Amino acid sequence: MTDHAIPPVALEYAPAPESRAIVDLRPSYGLFVDGAFVDGADGRSFKTVNPASEEVLAEVAEAGDADVDAAVAAARRAYQRVWSRMPGHERAKYLYRIARILAERSRELAVLESLDNGKPIRESRDVDVPLVSQWFFYYAGWADKLEHAGLGTSPRPLGVAAQVIPWNFPLLMLSWKIAPALAAGNTVVLKPAETTPLTALLFAEICQQADLPPGVVNIVTGAGETGRALVSHPGVDKVAFTGSTDVGRQIARSVAGTDKRLTLELGGKAANILFDDAPLDQAVEGIVSGIFFNQGHVCCAGSRLLVQENVYDDVMDRLKRRMTTLRVGDPLDKNTDVGAINSREQLDRITELARTGDAEGAERWSPPCDLPSSGFWYAPTIFTGVTQAHRIAREEIFGPVLSVLTFRTPDEAVAKANNTPYGLSAGVWTEKGSRILAMADRLRAGVVWANTFNKFDPASPFGGYKESGYGREGGRHGLAAYLAEGGEDA
Amino acid sequence: MTTTSEPAASDVAPLLTDLPGVDAVGLEARAAALATRSIKKEAKATAIDLAISMVDLTTLEGADTPGKVRSLAAKALRPDPSDPTCPQVAAVCVYPDLVATAREVLGDAPIGVASVATAFPSGRAPMSVKVDDTTMAVEAGASEIDMVIDRGAFLAGDLRKVYDEIVAIRAACERPDGSRAHLKVILETGELATYDNVRRASWLAMAAGADFIKTSTGKVSPAATLPVTLLMLEAVRDYRDAFGRQIGVKPAGGIRTTKDAIKYLVTVNETAGLDWMTPTWFRFGASSLLNDLLMQRQKLTTGRYAGPDYVTID
Repeated sequence: MTDHAIPPVALEYAPAPESRAIVDLRPSYGLFVDGAFVDGADGRSFKTVNPASEEVLAEVAEAGDADVDAAVAAARRAYQRVWSRMPGHERAKYLYRIARILAERSRELAVLESLDNGKPIRESRDVDVPLVSQWFFYYAGWADKLEHAGLGTSPRPLGVAAQVIPWNFPLLMLSWKIAPALAAGNTVVLKPAETTPLTALLFAEICQQADLPPGVVNIVTGAGETGRALVSHPGVDKVAFTGSTDVGRQIARSVAGTDKRLTLELGGKAANILFDDAPLDQAVEGIVSGIFFNQGHVCCAGSRLLVQENVYDDVMDRLKRRMTTLRVGDPLDKNTDVGAINSREQLDRITELARTGDAEGAERWSPPCDLPSSGFWYAPTIFTGVTQAHRIAREEIFGPVLSVLTFRTPDEAVAKANNTPYGLSAGVWTEKGSRILAMADRLRAGVVWANTFNKFDPASPFGGYKESGYGREGGRHGLAAYLAEGGEDA
Repeated sequence: MTTTSEPAASDVAPLLTDLPGVDAVGLEARAAALATRSIKKEAKATAIDLAISMVDLTTLEGADTPGKVRSLAAKALRPDPSDPTCPQVAAVCVYPDLVATAREVLGDAPIGVASVATAFPSGRAPMSVKVDDTTMAVEAGASEIDMVIDRGAFLAGDLRKVYDEIVAIRAACERPDGSRAHLKVILETGELATYDNVRRASWLAMAAGADFIKTSTGKVSPAATLPVTLLMLEAVRDYRDAFGRQIGVKPAGGIRTTKDAIKYLVTVNETAGLDWMTPTWFRFGASSLLNDLLMQRQKLTTGRYAGPDYVTID
């Protein structure tokens, strides 16, 4: 061949930051009660920061007992006077309208979500916000077909739903909670996490834009106290919570003995099981998206990788090579793959748990990467040489930290995968269809992904076994969590 | 991943059997994710110049004349007559009977003359014809031979026939002085139909001695796609890890815009890596791509988009 003598040319990606200008951030936000933004009764507030820079984004009102009372009362009025009486096809119109506005304002929502949460814009833009819109479209379709939900000929809404959501997918969790509740005819009081309240408040504006009747959706911001006041409020009929197993336990206790319905979607320590006949290059992608998607702040993250021993070395080489191409940094840069850890508290927790991995003799590896000097950051990390006896194999780290274990036979893989207090999700990588089905049958997990990971679809139920909670969100099952069975006489 | 000597003919069948499968959904999802990289400013300027230097400027029409090839070769020498800083392309790619014409215009310039041989594009001719076709092109001055594999034999399971043909054509690439025209093996991935076939064909071609693996003739739809190119880049990366020999990749057909070319470069960058980011190891088989690259280059230089009349048609 002709000697071109052109040495290899490095393609260094120039920064490609998404503009913040599309978001109209206000210095302070009130609560959204009865269709209007109002100040908190006792005037307390807290700050929400950009985890990538520690810059204060806004002051947000902290709802106290009186505010929660007002929100629940507004939801009750709206439930009795308007929403539960409205024909399903009318409710559907509002939900479709909200879904359309969400799609129209998707860029604004994505930028704000990345600012407040720290997740990369490519995830908020390409995953979160499109799913949020899809969730409303999906449940809008159900609103006039409740009699086909499998709960009798005339299922009834439950009433006022108290909903508490986490900081890892602020908008997506909002849509998982609000869309089915409204489709079924309930009204809601939702409390977003204290570190990520802003997109819920933007959603409140969207409810106004959609002319949703006042009181159907109420948003109260605050921390644990506000959440406690909301879920233990005697005026709510249904509690839905997504978050940590510890808080889930407290909620279960506070709801016990009442006639409130409860669904909990809690922690996880999912096994991602890779057999020797797996499509290796795609499996490596699946491992990466399983644990590094959203900085590992995913309750169903594939945080335990189980690799068949005869392909272990090959898989580790491929995984490490792939991890060196992950770009960690500014969440608003369109080329960023891994963004900021959501809060200092979470960063401390990840750091502490990872140290136990070192102390217990697991081997830590991270690709070389320069982390920004301000903000909360943790390099993508894998621990090899992990055993079932390690804390990092048992406890949910909720960060970009993968524990790698090995197995020899399918039985051993199943035994190890199920040997956890959790049971939210699992992954199986193999080219053999019969093995996928056999494994899915035996894995004690609410979702089993085959040759993929971290895929969400509004039509597919999602939820856990054991300490990962109970109840299902998504699909017809998710609707059932907001309906009481109706009979001929109901 | 231990480096050993390349497989002997008898080892090729088990080698292909042991290849990991390809999950189509996962492969396409990865390619789609790579296509969302945002390449701007200096990175874009770097990418455009690199892409120009990787173009195999191609004309493969029945109506090709010496005049057409002369003007194509002249364009290869000076892609943008208004800007001497514009890099030259890697090669011009023509039918064997026009190799001498292209070589004459190119003179001693470091631009290759690639020629499609072996009864391009169908490959359906007796072996003796394929060898003669190749020999003639090499004798006429071709520095690179783009051969097509016998897709019929491959799909019928006669992998040995495909392998032997590649070995024979590689031998026909040798010149009397002992040097050798480089061999690019065209898999025609659009006719292989499955990604598993593409991976097997890639490894078969590499084991048989290919210097490059190339997606398509440009005469079959679909021609080059990003997922197929990603897969072939994984193959050359893994082959080098296993056997220590580096092999190039050439997507061809259907890549028309700068935006597309940049997606391919990002895929090279993040799959095979820096070692492949040179025309020695990555090429674009294209005819109309060059003009879009030139127009985008002019826009980056001048800040204004001048339009198609400010670049030469060929």
